[in-house]
Amino acid sequence: AGKSKVDDEVLDDLEDVLVSSDVGVATTIKIINRIEDRVARDKYLGTEELNKILREEISGLLSETNSGEATDFVVPNKKPYVMMVVGVNGVGKTTTIGKLANQFKNRGLKVVLGAADTFRAAAIDQLQVWADRTDVPIIRQEMGSDPASVAFDTVQKAVQMDADVVLIDTAGRLHNKVNLMKELSKVKRVMQKVIPDAPHEVLLVLDGSTGQNAFEQAKQFTAATEVTSLAVTKLDGTAKGGVVIGISDQFQIPVKYIGVGERVEDLQVFNKIEFVDSFFK
Amino acid sequence: MFDNLSDKLDNALHVLKGHGQITEVNVAETLKEVRRALVDADVNYKIAKDFTNVVKEKALGQDVLSALKPGQLMVKLVKDELTQLMGGEAAGINLSGDPSVILMSGLQGSGKTTFSGKLASFLKNKKTKKPLLVACDVYRPAAINQLHVVGEQVGVEVFSDEGNQDPVAISKAAIAHAKQNGHNVVIIDTAGRLAVDEAMMTEISNIHAAIEPQETLFVVDSMTGQDAVNTAKAFNDRLDFDGVILTKLDGDTRGGAAISIKSVVNKPIKFIGTGEKMDAIDVFYPSRMADRILGM
Ligand SMILES: Nc1nc2c(ncn2[C@@H]2O[C@H](COP(=O)(O)OP(=O)(O)OP(=O)(O)O)[C@@H](O)[C@H]2O)c(=O)[nH]1
Ligand SMILES: Nc1nc2c(ncn2[C@@H]2O[C@H](COP(=O)(O)OP(=O)(O)OP(=O)(O)O)[C@@H](O)[C@H]2O)c(=O)[nH]1
Ligand SMILES: [K+]
Ligand SMILES: [Mg+2]
Ligand SMILES: [Mg+2]
Repeated sequence: AGKSKVDDEVLDDLEDVLVSSDVGVATTIKIINRIEDRVARDKYLGTEELNKILREEISGLLSETNSGEATDFVVPNKKPYVMMVVGVNGVGKTTTIGKLANQFKNRGLKVVLGAADTFRAAAIDQLQVWADRTDVPIIRQEMGSDPASVAFDTVQKAVQMDADVVLIDTAGRLHNKVNLMKELSKVKRVMQKVIPDAPHEVLLVLDGSTGQNAFEQAKQFTAATEVTSLAVTKLDGTAKGGVVIGISDQFQIPVKYIGVGERVEDLQVFNKIEFVDSFFK
Repeated sequence: MFDNLSDKLDNALHVLKGHGQITEVNVAETLKEVRRALVDADVNYKIAKDFTNVVKEKALGQDVLSALKPGQLMVKLVKDELTQLMGGEAAGINLSGDPSVILMSGLQGSGKTTFSGKLASFLKNKKTKKPLLVACDVYRPAAINQLHVVGEQVGVEVFSDEGNQDPVAISKAAIAHAKQNGHNVVIIDTAGRLAVDEAMMTEISNIHAAIEPQETLFVVDSMTGQDAVNTAKAFNDRLDFDGVILTKLDGDTRGGAAISIKSVVNKPIKFIGTGEKMDAIDVFYPSRMADRILGM
């Protein structure tokens, strides 16, 4: 009886940790249940074993579709490999693109940026700064021009330039705005006129300090663009980004990258174990 | 969410009535549902717990269980309590200075630059002021350009000093410029920063100390989750800010962070942002926010 009391306490503490990391009530209950089952099965568990199981069960939810299996910034052998970056306002799309451009370029890949946020004030100038910083070409048009046309242009020029990687920046938009989401579907579609299977990757950027609304973001962006991977930004602060556990689990989308600062080198390949461990720090 | 909760509570409480078990424990049990709903709406879990304890006392005091629709009454109690918590005295903006200086603060991407433009436009058009926007974000790529574009959109002059890396000096020079040129409001846009970034928090404390603003505003994304309490507290500890701006409420977030922040710093929420355009600014209504958090 003494033993199970310790376990209850540990589980209560765990619940607090998970909920305060934005994991959400439903996913927290799911994790606690999985751990309770394990505890019931393997009767005599020390706290240390319990901690290990806990990390296993949580990271198990981070999508069986190889979240955090990648160990480096690599892209599949498609030329050019087209990545479109989407997400709500201010999450870190443009910055993540700058950081990715740097990583791919350092690995000897020829990178091209597409400035398809033609709406937000100085969005093109911002991407231009990142292009200059990382010394990669950028395809841009005037502010206010059609983002789909910019994306088309970018992919077409990338083919002509024999580029390896194309990163398309898009304007931030809230997922409940039907017309803006339609526009995004169109941006995606036009690229297929140049490369039928483009974009090869749709990266949804989530702000690590976002709470449960991130579920709705994942749902709507997936509906509009078939999101294939996730990046979680701003994890250099006190926010934990726990909501991605449930998202990765529910939508079976792997988490690929995390943003840990504003500098060009502040992007890391996602690591499940480190991610889960950060909840307990 | 809360429509369901209301039904759930009705059922739970009716069952209790039928069994004649009108006890504190039973009420507490049903309030667990309320707590869960609040946490799902991103209210900080500790604050949700304290909140439901307060509601529990009120519920017992009002004899909820003898009501015809106890669930509905409970929901009303919760809503009223939330509204009261987020409300308090009407919160205007202090424009008593000559010029009145307004300092923006907040995390990266929360909406400071956009809100600076909206506020400038609001003060110009609704309060017939002559604002000056000041570009003190010397870090973010194209931040200064962004403020210039915004300023142009709302027809307000923007003060910037490209190449100057010292926001304290820029803000002081801007205030001097404002005095010389008859601007009676100065709105200072600053870089986004994390509360744990000591150097950046010291920077904004220094700006704050140097210019002694009439209003220091904490701009926060309404989609923020559990971390809202940490950030709000850390910024308030350094700046003792005067009010909160809740942005991106044109989305479908419940916005429970509003309660968390109000609880932890007890500063009024002054305005909300409801879109990317310059007219998407509104005053804050506690009762509407309560409805939203509760999904009503
Ligand atoms: N601390 C920190 N800040 C970040 C990180 N990623 C981005 N930022 C900052 O967040 C802010 C917004 O970043 P952007 O890249 O402009 O975000 P966006 O999604 O492109 O924004 P919109 O295009 O306006 O929707 C900027 O101040 C960035 O420097 C990160 O990992 N950590
Ligand atoms: N939908 C919506 N978008 C908003 C709102 N307020 C700001 N935004 C958008 O959010 C993004 C970030 O806004 P900014 O004003 O650049 O945020 P910031 O706090 O100045 O960002 P940093 O300077 O990088 O820290 C931009 O895409 C804005 O258009 C709002 O109320 N609703
Ligand atoms: K963190
Ligand atoms: Mg951007
Ligand atoms: Mg800004």
